[in-house]
Amino acid sequence: MTFRVGDRVRVADRVHEGHHRTPGYVKGRSGWIERVHGSFTNPETRAYGSDGLPERVLYQVVFDLEAARTYVDVFEHWLEAER
Amino acid sequence: MKQAVHDRGAWPTDAPIDRTEHELADWEVLTDALVHSLAGEGLMNVDELRRGIESMPPDAYERASYYERWLYSIETILAEKGVLAPGELDARLET
Repeated sequence: MTFRVGDRVRVADRVHEGHHRTPGYVKGRSGWIERVHGSFTNPETRAYGSDGLPERVLYQVVFDLEAARTYVDVFEHWLEAER
Repeated sequence: MKQAVHDRGAWPTDAPIDRTEHELADWEVLTDALVHSLAGEGLMNVDELRRGIESMPPDAYERASYYERWLYSIETILAEKGVLAPGELDARLET
């Protein structure tokens, strides 16, 4: 597991045409890890008939957006460490 | 960044939120049951369901109701897997 509760992270702002669960409004935004949910099969490959393995770690990430403090579940491979 | 039609969080709008409850029609309940049954048989999973919905042309997505989107996706995924032959559903509906 790469991140711990309290770590600052940034969501990758990359183009991904296929199915993924990272909402556009947090791409490129910074926040911090609130909770580690555990490991789950990867919906990005399950959506195309795969078994979704290897499992990926899912985090609850908090963002202070303009409108409100927002809690979003984000998979590890969408997150980068931020100092 | 251009967001896909289903990725609607934080889209600006002045429209009020419709919080009215509505009764589900029989076909909607059956559509929900169909997806669970297909999942139970290992023919389709929820991620494929979502991907099929996301593959809808944007104007069709906007016109469709919640379970109409499910039906579109079921047909897309099952046709892709060869469970349904091309045009099979339409042919059966005409008989």
